[in-house]
Parts: sequence; structure tokens; C-alpha cells
Amino acid sequence: MSASSAEILGKLKELLQKFNSNNIELTETTDISTDLNIDSVAVMDFIMEVEDAYDIDIPLNVLSDTRTMSDLVKVVQKEMG
Amino acid sequence: MVDLLKKFEPLMARYEAMLEAGSDAIGLVNEKILSPTRGLINGKETILAGTNNYMGVTFDKACIAAGKKALDEFGTGTTGSRIANGTYGLHKELEAELAAFLDLEHCIVFSTGYAANLGMIAGVAGPKDTIYLDADSHSSIYDGCTLSGARLVRFRHNDADDLAKRLARSKDSEGGKLVVLEGIYSMMGDRAPMADFVEVKKQYGFQLMMDEAHSFGVLGPNGRGLADEAGLYEHADFVVGTFSKSVGAIGGFGAGNHPYFEAIRHHSRPYMFTASPSPASVATALEAIKLLAREPERRDRLQENSTRLFNGFKALGLEMGCDEVSPIIAVRCPDEPTTIAMWNALLDAGVYVNIALPPGTPNKICLLRCSVSTAHSNDEIDRITELFGQVVAAGHGVAKAG
Repeated sequence: MSASSAEILGKLKELLQKFNSNNIELTETTDISTDLNIDSVAVMDFIMEVEDAYDIDIPLNVLSDTRTMSDLVKVVQKEMG
Repeated sequence: MVDLLKKFEPLMARYEAMLEAGSDAIGLVNEKILSPTRGLINGKETILAGTNNYMGVTFDKACIAAGKKALDEFGTGTTGSRIANGTYGLHKELEAELAAFLDLEHCIVFSTGYAANLGMIAGVAGPKDTIYLDADSHSSIYDGCTLSGARLVRFRHNDADDLAKRLARSKDSEGGKLVVLEGIYSMMGDRAPMADFVEVKKQYGFQLMMDEAHSFGVLGPNGRGLADEAGLYEHADFVVGTFSKSVGAIGGFGAGNHPYFEAIRHHSRPYMFTASPSPASVATALEAIKLLAREPERRDRLQENSTRLFNGFKALGLEMGCDEVSPIIAVRCPDEPTTIAMWNALLDAGVYVNIALPPGTPNKICLLRCSVSTAHSNDEIDRITELFGQVVAAGHGVAKAG
């Protein structure tokens, strides 16, 4: 991962922590919904936090193809242009 | 072979836990409906306080007579979609009556309220457009957005500044922008702060769809919903509603003044590819709309009943979904097992309310949701309050307002 990807991953881990009530270890392969056992509304709430952290929109349309932290890092990079 | 239903194991375990705690809260059988506010459940006469039957029209004599007449004259079903053989004179008559009630040029009737949201959202927005939806939107709005293929941006519930921030981010995007708001949000009972959103509309420019499912017939001097109540009716480009609440039937509608509005009939899949609403449903809805127009005092009575229940719960110290009075009065509960225990205790004591659990609720909140009817008597409202008081006193642990 490039430095910038690692930086984004670090930020995403920080933002996801408040949804991580079971204290699952967060890595780039963590499946955001199934590994953390959080429902679709919680995933969308987390995405909102990511949007505000980077001042970007992450359309809900991309979420069906965004399973892991690594997937989300790529989405953030794309939306940041 | 992967078993397709294996993934539902945790869901079924959750459901089994609910069944072990008492009655089936999400599959309860009404053995008989005695009136808009009374039913027979588990062999016992029960006060119904979770029906969305806001205007209490389900047993209105004129509505029932209209339904029977339609059955006699048009038969049991239309056996076809609106674009084939399923458009009857009754459908057109209902659309004209609704357009007059709403004071809008055009109205399209759909087969359910769910289909109305799907059909209207996917009817006006497409893949090149962006839809901004409130985080607490009803599932039919989410599903309509998905069906449309539009770019979907979610903003924080009832937060016009948050919407403005998101509109600013994509101010140069191509395509149209649709914002969808609800008049009254179905779980917490709060209204959209429409004046704030209209200010954002003036600044950024978008088309506004008001889903008045829970507010049609209920709010406003003309009973047209929140936009009517707020005095901002002209800012709603599209109005969507349902017949399964204030109108006491089944079906839904979309309405507006746009000169190309009728185009929705030619490409909205939930309008085109499902059977049209049955003659009896359309006829009862038509009669109920006339009734709502000629008896505005029903709205006043509903407001009185809602205020009575709200104040009763306040006096008990219960923490509610919001601080404003609407016919949806939701009580916050601490967790799922407590909510289920309370719901069963209330049912056993003789009152039915809705149970609302995550992810159907915002922020993982568990709710016992009451909906008030204009047909509730003062005694019934007081009895509902009394039973909530008893259940709380029995120590089921419901949240009290601090």
C-alpha cells in the first residue's frame, strides 16, 4: 500500500472504531458489515463519517461493491480525485 | 452446494427468541376487527393503538357501501396493469378527486404506498441524476432510489445544513437533483423542518418530493400534509402519499404540476408492471377522500387525541421519539428483550402497539410505537396511558425522560 493508502486506512480504522463494539481487529481485509456484525444502517452511518472526514460524497450506489476496508480506501481515493 | 437460506440462521435465531418471550410481535394475527380502534387478538378484545388508521374511516358506512357497490359493478379485481386492461373509470375518478383535494394539476394512482414511492422516485429520477435522501427515510424511499439508478447521497436526518453541505460538494455535477423528505417520519413521529429545507432549495436549486404518507389527511388547513401545514405547499414539486393510513384502504398516489408529469405513466415500472388497485379499494379510497374533505374536524379531533396521549406519557415520565405532538407517539425502550417483554405485557393487558427494532429504527433505538386515531375515545387514550404506566411500574425497565 502506498503511504497515502496507509494513511486513509488508519483514518478509516479510527472512524470505524465507534461502530466496533466487539472490538474486532481492523485490517485492510476486514469485511465492514459481516466481520463487525453491524447492520446496513450502521454501515451507512459510518460512511457518512468518512464523507465528512474527507469532505467527499460516497454515493450509496458503491456500497454493494465495497465490502472490505481496502475496498473503501479505493473508493475514498477515487472520490478525492 | 451453498444453501441459499443458510445466511438467515442468525435472523431466525432472533425471531425464535422473540417467540419464546410471548406472542409473535411481527406476525400478530388480528382474529377479528371490531372497529377502527378495537380488535380481537388471542381471543381477547384489545385496544388497537398501532394501526396508522389516523382518520378512523375503515368502518365508515359510506366507504363500505362504495366498496360493496364497486364489487357488484366492477368485480373483485382488475386482472391487469394500468397500461393494459387495468384502468377503470374509478381509477380516473379517484385521480381527479385527489388532484382536486391536493389542488394540483396531475395525479397518478399506484397499487400500494410502497409502489407509489418506488414509482414516483424512479419515475422522475434516472441514472444521470442525483437523489439526496434523509438518513431516516422509509425503506420504500431507499428502494425507489435504488430502482431509479440515480446517484444516491444520504444526508443527516432533518439537517438542512448537512444537505446544503452535500449539495455544495457536487454543485457542478450534471443531471437533475431530487431531494426527498417525509412529512412525518414513521418511527419517531417527527416532522421535517420544511422551512429550513426550502431555504436550501432556494440557494442550491433542486426538485423536492414530499412523502406525506403519515401526514396526508392529518396535517395542514387543507389536510394535504406537512407542506400545507408549513405554508410552503408551492415548494413541493411532487407529493406522494398512501391510502393505507388516513384513507383506510390500500394504494398510493403521486401528484404534481409539472407539464410533463404524465410521462411517469409511460416509463415508471412500478406503475406499468403490476396489477392496478382493485375496484373495491379504489372506490373506498375515493369515498374516504371526499370524507376527509368535508369533515376537517376529524383532523382537530386527531390532534386532541394525540396531545392527550403525548401528555399522558409525559406525565408518566416516558422518553419519547420526539418532543412534538403528532399521531405517531413512540416510546423509547432500553434494549430488545425489554421492548419485547413490554410489548407482550401491554398486549396481555389489552392494548396493541407496534414494536420497532433495529435496523428498522434509527440509531439502534428500540421503540414501542403508538399511532393515534381520531376514532379513539378519551377513555381509550386514558386506558392506553394507564396500561403503559402499569407496565413501566411492573419494572420492565423502559427509559424514563431524565
